[in-house]
Order: sequence, then structure tokens, then C-alpha cells
Amino acid sequence: MAFNRPLLRTSYEQDAAIFPTYTQKGAMVAFGVFLVLMGLGAPYISAIPEFFLGPTWINPITNMLPLAISALGINILVGVTGQVSLGHAFFMGVGAYTAVALGGSGDEWQACVPFHEEIGLLEERGQCGLGLPIWVWLPFSGAVAAAFGIFVSPAAMKVRGLYLAIVTVGLVFIGLHLGRMFPEYAGDFESGRKWPSLDFRLWKEETPLIEFSEDGKWFGLIHLSEEQKQYFLLMALLGGFIILAKNLVRSRTGRALQAIRDRDIAAEVMGVPEFEYKRLGFAISSFYAGIGGALWGSYLGRRSPVDWSLFLSVDFIAILLIGGAGTIAGTMLGAVFVELTPEIVKHRTDWLAEQIDASNIFTPVANFLLTTGESGDFGPINIGTVAPGWTMSVFQWNFVIYGVLIVIFLIFEPLGLFGIWIKIRNYWKRWPFSY
Amino acid sequence: MSEPILEADGITLRFGGVTAIRDVSFHVNEGELFSIIGPNGAGKTSIFNTISQVYRPQEGDIRWKGASIMGHRPDFVAELGIARTFQNIELFPQMTVIENLLLGRHIRMKQNWFQGMLWFGVAKAEEMENRRQVEDIIDFLEIEEWRNHPVALLPYGIQKLVELGRALAMDPELLLLDEPVAGMNLEETEDMARFILDIRRELGISMVMVEHDMGLVMDIADRIMVLDFGEKISEGTPEEVQKDPNVIAAYLGSSDLHVAAE
Ligand SMILES: Nc1ncnc2c1ncn2[C@@H]1O[C@H](COP(=O)(O)OP(=O)(O)O)[C@@H](O)[C@H]1O
Ligand SMILES: [Mg+2]
Repeated sequence: MAFNRPLLRTSYEQDAAIFPTYTQKGAMVAFGVFLVLMGLGAPYISAIPEFFLGPTWINPITNMLPLAISALGINILVGVTGQVSLGHAFFMGVGAYTAVALGGSGDEWQACVPFHEEIGLLEERGQCGLGLPIWVWLPFSGAVAAAFGIFVSPAAMKVRGLYLAIVTVGLVFIGLHLGRMFPEYAGDFESGRKWPSLDFRLWKEETPLIEFSEDGKWFGLIHLSEEQKQYFLLMALLGGFIILAKNLVRSRTGRALQAIRDRDIAAEVMGVPEFEYKRLGFAISSFYAGIGGALWGSYLGRRSPVDWSLFLSVDFIAILLIGGAGTIAGTMLGAVFVELTPEIVKHRTDWLAEQIDASNIFTPVANFLLTTGESGDFGPINIGTVAPGWTMSVFQWNFVIYGVLIVIFLIFEPLGLFGIWIKIRNYWKRWPFSY
Repeated sequence: MSEPILEADGITLRFGGVTAIRDVSFHVNEGELFSIIGPNGAGKTSIFNTISQVYRPQEGDIRWKGASIMGHRPDFVAELGIARTFQNIELFPQMTVIENLLLGRHIRMKQNWFQGMLWFGVAKAEEMENRRQVEDIIDFLEIEEWRNHPVALLPYGIQKLVELGRALAMDPELLLLDEPVAGMNLEETEDMARFILDIRRELGISMVMVEHDMGLVMDIADRIMVLDFGEKISEGTPEEVQKDPNVIAAYLGSSDLHVAAE
């Protein structure tokens, strides 16, 4: 007995806790403090993200946060319930457009970019919507997306696995088509339309109770930049949604969803109604997608219908494959990895480009890897404006890295980064014994 | 042995041209251990699948405490109090032993998804209460050391026990056991027989057991139904069935029955 249970747990409550041991609790608190100090720009600590992402590191990290919220949703559907969906971008779009319709400035429903018979689309009117505060539009964008999820869920009873993935791809194209059909609402196909800012208002008052869209003193206490405020807001929301997802997975509903994933017929015989739970999986997953989409639109301030494309859906599948489907920690690792790797590669390439003229120990490396596109200058990464032959830009290399990583993870580490982490942890737990 | 709690009336089940069950009727009394035997492919598992409504028989009626369950879904049947194990283990492989047993408690728990997401309050209290009940089952089946393992990694014999535990966790009134000792060694078989008898004695759960191990069936069953090619060829107490010329003919050449008769 003692051999099998090295961690003595004294109550069921402790056993069911999100972080069962004090070491884990301590590590999480430390990590939380680290994130806060990082956001405040504390010396040394903020040097870490700066090394990878450059002085504007807070932007790519904050941009990742709403996507991480949506990723929690795709994990509930694909990882926990076992229903493969490529429609996640569509549900994000539903959430985002709900947010702009309810939260955009104004008092009445109106087309944001009016249309003229002869000239076509006219000057954009700004953010057009009902002008409702965030505490209305945010839950609503989740709820409307969830309603669409419920509407789509019967498909999961008809088709399974890959076929379901293909059916849900259709959603993304329907979304794109709707965007093209109603540019007055969706915004111009290229430039999109404006989203409301993230400010917190009680109702429609002029000065927000908590503002997130201007540099300045917060609560008369601390001076923060706009970026920092958004970082803290989205970080807090992500933290909250992680806890909700974790609670779901460790309780009755989460077990029923996993049972459907593992063996749907046995689950039914055990009293878990298959359709109800597949529908619930779609609803909760789309809810997260909608919230993430709404926040993403509002954070970036401008989105177009093409931003909710198949590429975005595939990003989420990559997050699950690379991070490790089924676990929340894996999903978060995947989100960080998939969303930040391109930024890191880009930043480090820019840095390398500066070393060409600096003539230091990195100069030969830079000369070897980079090319400006001039004749006689070879290198796999093109930093010039014209593409000479086979060399590729950083942007293109990112696609290659992404594809290769997915293949590697699929073949060698189906549990993703989470699986690698577990292996490392178990190794150190046993150390110095090798078995 | 009083009222019948489960009655099957002339069930016929066809798959395309194959008739898996042909006009079979039987009943199970309260507190009884009823056994179904027959050669491979006789239709035993199919009978279980019609009771849990995984298969819909083309003809006949199945009644639970007098009310027909035909046309209902498997989860409805589960909620009535009919639990089962499967011939080829159907545990949830990626979940741990505890999670599998807690899934068995699903129908006895009340919290909804929203309460689950909030955790504190209703969900937490209910989880702890049900966890306690699941631990009792774990103690009863003596599988304490496996409780936190994902079931896919467990030995076969332990998986069989976990599956029995999951069915028990449902607080059933009727337990359907499909070949509970198939593939087990003598010691494991004896353990399983002891558990089945204990369940009956201590919990008073009625049971239907499909089994190939004639020794076990003759030892512990109250009544036996014999199937062959989807048809009922005999029914009665172990002694009656063993003497039935139909049964002897069907099993001719098979050593099973001789072994049991000794
Ligand atoms: N899903 C199915 N589809 C087609 N035929 C089936 C199916 N399930 C069972 N059968 C057929 O029904 C007959 C009875 O099978 P089964 O009930 O599994 O027998 P037993 O459990 O007695 O070994 C067999 O001939 C089998 O091939
Ligand atoms: Mg069988």
C-alpha cells in the first residue's frame, strides 16, 4: 500500500483538489506571482519574456490570452468529449460579432458601413452597436456561440471522427460567406470593422468605472500602460476560465463527457444519455470559443471576416496535438507554444539580422542563416523583400516549423508537451534510480 | 423468490438474415440468481443487449416490474436499476478506477454541469459523499491498491472486478453479468464466485448471469435457461436442466456438461 501511495492523502477532499499537494499549491502561487510581476515590468523577471519576444513582449503574450480561453473550449470538445471539430473559428466569430453588436458604441441597431447603390460601401461609422457594457456583451457572446453549438450538435450523432471534422469545416465557410454577404455588419473583407474597447462600465455612462484602454493611474493607485491593463484583465479572465474548466472535468459532468469519448455505448448503458452530453460538450466548448472570440476582437480592436478562417481552427487542433489533448495543463502549454513560437522566431531573426553588421561571434551564424536576396548571398532564411530561389521568409519558415512539429508529436509523443513534462517529472521523482 | 421483476415475452431479434434470438420468453424473480447458458453464438449476449435496449428486438416485449421498457433508450433502462457488465470489458480506459466507479454513480448524482463548474457547494458535497460510497465498493472488491490507476493499464482479472464494481456503484436492483469469469484462472474464478454470492446475500440484488463455466453455474444458480441457436431449449433448476435430454443432445460431444455433472 505505502509503496503505491507515496503521497499520503488524508481526505477525499484533498484527493479531489486541483492541486493536491502543498508543493503543487506553492508552485502555482509562485507562478501566479511571477506572472503579476512580469506584467508590472519588474526587473529581471520581465527580462525573460523580453529575451524571447523583444521589448514589446506584452503584445504577443496578451494576444495569446483570449486564444488560450478558446483553446480551453476546444479541449472540452475534442480532448474531453472526443468530438473532433474544425468549426471552432466559426464559434469564435459568432462570439466576436455578438460582442460588437451589443457592445459597440451607439444606441440602436444599424449597419456599421452603410451601402450606396452606386458607390458601394461608404465611410465606416465607427463602432456601431447597442453600447452595452462588458458584463452584458461578454456573457452574451458566450451564450450566443453556445446556442449555435447546440444547433450544430445533432451532427455529432450522425457522423463521427474524421467525418464530423469535415462537417464542421463547413461552418467556417458558411461564416466566411455570411461575412462576404453582409459587409455592412461584418465590415470590409480586407480591413474589417472596429470592436469596442474592454472598458468596464456599469451601464452606458461616459467615464468607465475601470478603464483598460488608456495609459494612466488605475484606481488612483498604480500607474499602468494600456497594454498592462489589458494583460491583467485577460490574464485574470483566463485564470477564472481555467478553474471553471478544471472543475467541470473533475465532477459528474466531466466524467460523463469522458465516458462518451472513451466508449459511447457503454456510457449509455451506465446511464449517460449520449446526445445530451454531446450537445453539452458542443455548448460549453462553443461558449468558451465565443468568449475568446469576443475578447480577441476587443483586444485587437479590429477584425475582419477572414480572421475567423480555417487557419484559426487548425491552430486549435495544433494546440491540442502539440500540448496534449484532454488535459488543461497540456492545452495551456500548447496555446503558449503555438501562438508564441512564430513571434519568438521572428524576434530572434530580427536580432540575428542586426548581428550581420555588428561583427561579433554571431555574425558568421547570421551570414550563414540569413540572406538579403542579393546574388551570391546564400542562406535558408530570407530577410530581403524579394525571394531568390528556394529561400523562405520567416513567415514561411514558421509554417514549416509548425507542420513538422505536428508530425513529430503525432508520431513520437501523442501526449504532447504535457507527456514530455510528465516524463521529466517522473524521471526526477525517481532520481537517482533509473526505474 | 417472489414476484418476477423482469419478464421477457417472446423476443425475436434479427440482424438482416441472421436470427440471433427466436421467440424466447423468461422471467427473473426478485432476489434470484438466474443463469443463461448455451454454446457460443447462441444469443446470450444478444439477450442482455435487448434488455438494456442497445438492440431493439423486432418482436416481443420486455417488462420491468410490469411496465414495458421497449423503445426506451439504454440510459433510461440504467436509471430503472438495471446494471450490467460486458463479455469484452467495456471500461473507460483512459479514466482511473475511481473515476470509472464514480461514473457508475452518475445516475444517482443530481448536480448539473453548472454546479459542477462552480464546484464549491452542491457539487463538492455530492462528490465527497459519492466518493465515500465508491471507496466502500473498492474495499469490498479488495482493489484498493489500483484505485488511482487508469484502467487500461490494469491486469485483465482486475479489470473484470472494476467492471463489476462500476455496475454495483449504480445501486442496481438487477445485475446482468456477461461471462464474469471468462478467461480467469481458478483462484480468480473462486474470488469472483465469492463476490457474486456476497453481493446476493448482503445486498439482495437479483442477478442474471451468462457463463460458460458450468461448474460455477451449477453451483450458484437458482434457475437456468439453456439457449441453442437463438432458441430456448430448456429451463429449470440446475438438476432439472442437467437431466433434460434436449440439453444433453445440444451439448453432446462437449465436455462442459459432463464435467459439471461429476
Ligand atoms: N451486432 C450484430 N450484428 C450482426 N450479428 C450479430 C450482432 N450481434 C450478434 N450477432 C449474431 O447473433 C448471434 C448471437 O450472438 P451472441 O448473442 O453474441 O451470442 P453468445 O453471447 O451466446 O455467444 C451470433 O450469430 C452473432 O453473429
Ligand atoms: Mg456472448
